[in-house]
Amino acid sequence: MATKTYAGKTIEVNEEGFLVNHEDWTEEMAPMLAEQVGIYELTDEHWKVIRFMRSDFIERGQIPTVRRLKNTGGIPTKDLYRLFPNGPAKKAAMIAGLGKPQGCV
Amino acid sequence: MSATNGKLKKVSIIISKGSLEGVYPGLIMANGARMEGIEVNVFFTFFGLETVMKKRMDKIKVATVGNPAMHIPSLVGILPGMSSFATSQMMKEMDKLDIPPVSEFVEMIHDAGANMYACKATVDMFHLTMDDFCEQVEEVINVGKFYELAAGGQIIFT
Repeated sequence: MATKTYAGKTIEVNEEGFLVNHEDWTEEMAPMLAEQVGIYELTDEHWKVIRFMRSDFIERGQIPTVRRLKNTGGIPTKDLYRLFPNGPAKKAAMIAGLGKPQGCV
Repeated sequence: MSATNGKLKKVSIIISKGSLEGVYPGLIMANGARMEGIEVNVFFTFFGLETVMKKRMDKIKVATVGNPAMHIPSLVGILPGMSSFATSQMMKEMDKLDIPPVSEFVEMIHDAGANMYACKATVDMFHLTMDDFCEQVEEVINVGKFYELAAGGQIIFT
């Protein structure tokens, strides 16, 4: 298993760069993880998505789908694609320190 | 080119059937492609057009007759309400996986940036107008235009 150092902390990541243990994640790591997926500025709108993803994951043990982000998280699908272009669910999960989403929707 | 560094760049998906099992695979493929950052066109033709017809889209049902994989004897499958019952059971299971009802799914896929088109031959044959379609349908196009839009990408027929 590969390791990476983000915000002064060395953590385990998988071959695609997703964190292996979501408990390793800290808010300070998010901007560095974002750079890995081509996002160079995290706005309040990005943070709303990241925080919802983490709290929903911790509560339910599942990475929320795009539909759940829309219906429960109150994040319109259009905004999600604007904030995380070309792969919103994967990119947001990566930045939030979660694994790669496994569902089909 | 449709692929760069082994990554697909564009898909054009044709949805030609109007049953639940005819509609959902194409919608899931379209949505999944957008989630991977792939450019998407969806072309609705023949009975597949019901997917984007305002009055029909949320009434799409699974076939309980002539569908061996349903494991319902045909004589039972013809009973009134069987198709509705089977459909509602399947929709419940799909909802658990966060697969939305057709109208919500069409809206989501469109919001995700997919382009949606209705087939001109079918529109003419069934005497339809743009008013029959949900707002996500951009245009009624013919086969030639479809191939122009699909150029340089992959085509999936369902």
